[in-house]
Amino acid sequence: MVPEEELTTHLPALRAFAISLTRNISSADDLVQETIVKAWTNLSRFEAGTNMRAWLFTILRNTHFSNRRKRKREVPDSDGMYARRLSVRPDHDGRLAFSEFLVAFDKLSDEHREVLVLVGASGFSYEEAAGMIGVAVGTVKSRANRARARLQELLGVTQGEDLVGTPAGQALMAAATAGGESMG
Amino acid sequence: MWRTMKQEKESKARPGNDLREQIDQNLRRVYQDAVQEEVPERFRLLIEQLREKTKGE
Repeated sequence: MVPEEELTTHLPALRAFAISLTRNISSADDLVQETIVKAWTNLSRFEAGTNMRAWLFTILRNTHFSNRRKRKREVPDSDGMYARRLSVRPDHDGRLAFSEFLVAFDKLSDEHREVLVLVGASGFSYEEAAGMIGVAVGTVKSRANRARARLQELLGVTQGEDLVGTPAGQALMAAATAGGESMG
Repeated sequence: MWRTMKQEKESKARPGNDLREQIDQNLRRVYQDAVQEEVPERFRLLIEQLREKTKGE
């Protein structure tokens, strides 16, 4: 497959990464747009045989953090928050619990969401994530641990605590179960 | 299949791993839900434009 064609096959993953990172659909789509243009312009620099998805994710995250530095003073726009779009009426199928997880996830810093999505959700190794973020492997590991701890804190549970019996624990469990089922 | 039998065993063996696994399952769901969304038409058009532009050069 020529690189131009291969690029198209990574779009769903690239956009999912952008959404997970920004948690805002319109920011995510602007970011994907910018990434596609940059990637296309630099396609000749892409080394055939290497991981194009990792290459694209790297361009996207670098673009995101560099844009963020440029508009540091701007107040974040919370109107388009993705979680709000996803929120549904409480039901007994675990959807409410998943939306509780999303509320906590949305409160994380972009850096924490980034590391958790790279190593926890999109299937990259710590080494690959380190290459993409541009830090040492040890930094990725400790950042991921801090991000998990923060997430637990936001969910109202502390390390080692038995989740069963706490509302957050039940919610998380139900969400995880529902998620597992929906993914087959 | 997200969980291997090895992971299953490990999570039973160590307390706290269940919580970690639950968080990971939710994380994968956040990402997977987004992956499954349809890619907006604007990106197909954008790539079409870039292709045309490249051809012309």
